[in-house]
Amino acid sequence: MTDFVNDTVIPIAYLFAAVCFVLALKWLCHPSTARRGVRIGEIGMGVAVVSTMFKFEIVEYQWILVALVLGAALGVPLGLVPTTAVPQRTALSHAFGALAAGLVGTAEYYLSKPHIDASTMIPLGLEVVLGFLTFTGSLVAAGKLQGIVRDRPWIYKGQNIVNLAVLGSALVMVGFLVDDPSRAYLFPLIIGMSLVFGVMLVIRIGGADMPTVISLLNGYAGLAAAMMGFVLNNYLLIIAGALDGSSGVVLSIIMCRAMNRSFTNVLFGGFGAQEAVGSIEERPVRSVDPEETAILLDMARSVVIVPGYGLAAAQAQHKVRELADLLLSRGVDVKFAIHPVAGRMPGHMNVVLAEANVPYDLLYDLESVNGEFPQTDMVLVVGANDVVNPAARTDEHSPIYGMPILDADKAQSVIVVKRSMRSGFAGVDNELFYLDKTQMLFGDAKKVIGEVADELSKMPARA
Amino acid sequence: MTNKLEVALYIFVIASFLGFTVITKIPGLLHTPLMSLTNALSAIAIVGSLILAGDGETTMATILGSVAVFASFTNIVSGFMLTDRMVRMFKRREAPSDAAAVQKGATS
Repeated sequence: MTDFVNDTVIPIAYLFAAVCFVLALKWLCHPSTARRGVRIGEIGMGVAVVSTMFKFEIVEYQWILVALVLGAALGVPLGLVPTTAVPQRTALSHAFGALAAGLVGTAEYYLSKPHIDASTMIPLGLEVVLGFLTFTGSLVAAGKLQGIVRDRPWIYKGQNIVNLAVLGSALVMVGFLVDDPSRAYLFPLIIGMSLVFGVMLVIRIGGADMPTVISLLNGYAGLAAAMMGFVLNNYLLIIAGALDGSSGVVLSIIMCRAMNRSFTNVLFGGFGAQEAVGSIEERPVRSVDPEETAILLDMARSVVIVPGYGLAAAQAQHKVRELADLLLSRGVDVKFAIHPVAGRMPGHMNVVLAEANVPYDLLYDLESVNGEFPQTDMVLVVGANDVVNPAARTDEHSPIYGMPILDADKAQSVIVVKRSMRSGFAGVDNELFYLDKTQMLFGDAKKVIGEVADELSKMPARA
Repeated sequence: MTNKLEVALYIFVIASFLGFTVITKIPGLLHTPLMSLTNALSAIAIVGSLILAGDGETTMATILGSVAVFASFTNIVSGFMLTDRMVRMFKRREAPSDAAAVQKGATS
């Protein structure tokens, strides 16, 4: 009976789970089927976990039970975080996933040494290296996103050489273990080097590069899980890890393209380190108050709202939705223009706005909205900066040159909601702010947008 | 190369291609739910952790396995909950041209 369960029932359950996982991603391609995707993923996971419990190897359940209860106790609050905190939750979950892979790899090594053949030792070594470097790297990323760790990149001379030396020596030691798995003294060193490398990899990365880094860590965590599948010879794990890894890679590529940068440049470039050099001259800008903004919006026929991380940071999404509703009720054509790297993780602005009940058919991506700016009466930029900087098109010496941007400067008029004149993440001045058609609405986004909405609601409806 | 490793590599490569194909079809709108869902799915690593935590081979394996079960299960619970919450947030306008309906939606 147990043989039948172990050799037939469980493999079929795992195959079923693998099919569920692929369907889950397939159905995630549209909001109308996305929920079904989540359901089928849950079913696959449930079947795989429950059937594993019947494996004959499992003889003690008490520690499993404790771990499951504690995991649920932490998982539920993490599943309920507000959308503005989703990036740090995601980084934390990459850390957990990677930690699990690293720990399982470690246990497998000590259980089977010194009789480990190369075809197991290679994936085991990679699993441990990827697992532990992703663990600390993701913790640092989560700390930066939560504001516990300094957001600005931490950079010193020769950093790349030091980082590569640390990673390289970890990999060389894995090579020594493949050659002779009995060299157990190397194993803690590999773990240590990987933990250190993870920290060093991410401390040099600034806030606006977080979408790329989170995607990359996602890919690493997935690969670590796939490597675990190689070690345990578990095909379900290989498939799930490969799906997770490829999603990380696809998202990293999309993020890099959206910033016109290469992987190596994000990881080794230290972009944003040359923080506002101080040479930016004071130039006059036109400022505007909420009441005037309401009047200008009242006269517009079409409005495009460009949200950035500043919107989420100020928790202004509900006020922005209120304003958009008012404009819609007055017959104004309202669109939201979402840049791929707006926010702190891929797609972040979309969920922040969706949480505030902005219908998703008002959310437009870069390609679909960019042609419409010349026909737009008013662009309202809320907490975004580099993604609307025309220097990306015109100034070859700008660090953001070549980055695809939202062409807000081509609209009839622009209002920028901004805390102060501080430069954006890239430390470059934004030409958009000095255009004749641009006016600055200074203040906390939540407060000033709320005031604009109040003013607008007092105005009589247009004929 | 052992036969087992060869099969595993085939599965890995083909699953990666499948992943690329399916994932490139997912719009930017849903990239955040995508990441939290794939994260929950890769927590299937729990099946490896469960065996370590439950087979009672050595104390070290039990401890490491239990911590791994804890970490993976946290991801399963929070990943699916969060993804479900997020995808439920994405709604269409009830009546795109009906200004009154939008107004009602705003005040309710």
